[in-house]
Amino acid sequence: MTTSELSEEQRGRPEDIEAVPVRHPGRWVASVVVVLVAASIVRSIVTNSRFHWGTVGHYLFDARILHGVVVTLELTFLSMIIGIVLGVIAAVMRLSPNPLISGASWVYVWFFRGTPLLVQLLFWNFIAALYPTIDLGIPFGPSLIHLDSNSLIKPFVAALLGLGLNEGAYMSEIVRAGMISVDEGQTEAAQSLGLGRLQILRRIVLPQAMRVIIPPTGNETISMLKNTSLVIVLGAVFDLLFEAQTIYAANFQTIQLLIVASAWYLAMTSVLYVGQYFIERRFGRGFSRQQRVTMRARWLGSRGSPSVDAG
Amino acid sequence: MSEPMVKAEGVHKRFGRLEVLKGISLEVKRGEVMCMLGPSGSGKSTFLRCINHLEKINAGRLSVDGELVGYREEGGKLHELHERDVARKRAEIGMVFQHFNLFPHMTAIENVTLAPVRVAKVPRGDARDRAADLLQRVGLGDKLDTYPVALSGGQQQRVAIARALAMQPKLMLFDEPTSALDPELVGDVLDAMRQLARDGMTMIVVTHELGFAREVADTAVFMDGGVVVEAGQPGEVLVSPRHERTKAFLSKVL
Repeated sequence: MTTSELSEEQRGRPEDIEAVPVRHPGRWVASVVVVLVAASIVRSIVTNSRFHWGTVGHYLFDARILHGVVVTLELTFLSMIIGIVLGVIAAVMRLSPNPLISGASWVYVWFFRGTPLLVQLLFWNFIAALYPTIDLGIPFGPSLIHLDSNSLIKPFVAALLGLGLNEGAYMSEIVRAGMISVDEGQTEAAQSLGLGRLQILRRIVLPQAMRVIIPPTGNETISMLKNTSLVIVLGAVFDLLFEAQTIYAANFQTIQLLIVASAWYLAMTSVLYVGQYFIERRFGRGFSRQQRVTMRARWLGSRGSPSVDAG
Repeated sequence: MSEPMVKAEGVHKRFGRLEVLKGISLEVKRGEVMCMLGPSGSGKSTFLRCINHLEKINAGRLSVDGELVGYREEGGKLHELHERDVARKRAEIGMVFQHFNLFPHMTAIENVTLAPVRVAKVPRGDARDRAADLLQRVGLGDKLDTYPVALSGGQQQRVAIARALAMQPKLMLFDEPTSALDPELVGDVLDAMRQLARDGMTMIVVTHELGFAREVADTAVFMDGGVVVEAGQPGEVLVSPRHERTKAFLSKVL
C-alpha cells in the first residue's frame, strides 16, 4: 500500500468545494437588453399587417418558386463543379516549374478576380456579338468543328460559364493554399518510394490539402448559391429570384415574394452547413486523435487502444 | 570481386553559393553497414539525399549498384535521366527520415502497401499480406489499422522502416532515424535496424548513436565541413580517432 493511499484513507475524502460564485451584473443587464430587442422585433413582424404573411405562405410552395429553387440548385452545383475542376487545374499549373504554364494560370486568376462577376455574366451573354461563330480546329490551321454562338451559348450556358470561370479563379487560390500547406517531407517520402509526380499529387498531396481546402470551399458554395441570383440580369434564366420577380411584376406583392425567396435561400444554405460538417469530418481522418481507429477496424471489432501508448 | 553498392568520387554539392559537400569519395560494399557521424551542417544528410537523387550533385560521380545516380552516360557525355527513370531507381532504395514522414491520412498498413501497389503493381492482397508480415516483424502486428497520429514516435519510425522495406530495396538510407525520438523509444527503432543489418541489408546510417555505430557498423565515417575527415573501422574511428576534430566531437557527444 502506498503512502498516498494510506493518508487518503486516514483523512477520508475531503468535501466538495461549495464557494459563493462571483456575481456578473453586467451579463444580466446585457441579457435583458437582448431579450427586449428580440421580443420587440418578433412582435413587430407578427403584428405588422403589411407583411401579409398569408400571401407569403401562399407563394412559398408555388410551382414557379419550386422550379426556381431547382434551377438555383442546378446553377450552384454545376458552377461549383466547373469552378473546382478549373481551380485544381489552375493551382497545379501555378505550381509548375515551367514559367509559361504558371504564368498562364496567373493571368487567368488575375483577369477573373479583377473584373466584377456581373460584368462577366453580361459578357458571356453577348459573346455572340464578338464571336458570331466558334471554330474548333488546329490553331492557324483548318477548322474541324463549326458552331453558331447564338445557338450554343444560351443564357443558361452563359450563366454557367460566367459563374464557373469566375469561381475557378477563386478556387485555384484556395487549392494552391491547400497544396502549399502539405509538408515537403510528404513529397520527399513519396519520391523516395518511387512514386511519380502525378501519383504524389493524387495520392499524397491533394488528399492532405483537402483538409485545408474544404472549409473555404464550403464558404464558396454558400456564396455561389447566393451569387446565382445575379443571373437575373440575363433575363432568361428562371432561377429562384427571377421567378419571384416575374410573380411580383404581375401582382405587386414585392416584399412578400422577396421574403419567399429569402426563406428558400436561407433553407438551402442551412442544408449546406450540415453537408460541410460531414465532409470536414471525413477529410479530418488521421489528423485528430479522436478518430484513431478506422471504421473498418471498428466493425471488425479489433479495437485500437484508446490512449497513445509508448512504443 | 563484386562491384560496391555505392561509389562516390569527388562528390560536390552547392546550395547557391554555399558549398555543402566539398569532394566526398567513399565506397559502400554489398551487405555493409556504414555509419556517418559528424556535427550538424557537416553535409552527411545532404550526401544521403544525393544518393537517391533528392538532391542533384554539382560535380563528381556518384553511382549505386554500378549505375550513375540521375544520369546516363552515352558517348562520353552525361544525359539527364527522365523523371520516370529516376523514380524507378528510387524505388530500389529505401529511405527513412528523421521526422518519419508517414502519410497521416493513411493507416499504418496503407502506408506500407501504397508503393508496392502503385509503383511495383503488386496485387493488393499480396501487398497487404506482406505489409502485415513486415509490420509484425517490427513489432507492430497489432497496429495495422491505426493512423500515425495515434502512434508514438518510435512506432511511427518503425512503420516508416516497414514502408521502405516493402519495396524490397537493395540499399537502405537512414537519415538520423532516432534524433526526433524520446530517449526511451530509441531502443525499439535501433533493434529493428540491428535485425535488418543481421539480415544482410546494405545500409548507410546518419546517426548520433555512438553505441549503435560501434556495435553494428562495418565502417564509420566522420564528416565535418563537407569533407570526410576520417573513415575506417568503428573500433578505430570512434574509440581511438587520429584527428583532433574527431576527438573533439566525440568528447562532446559522449
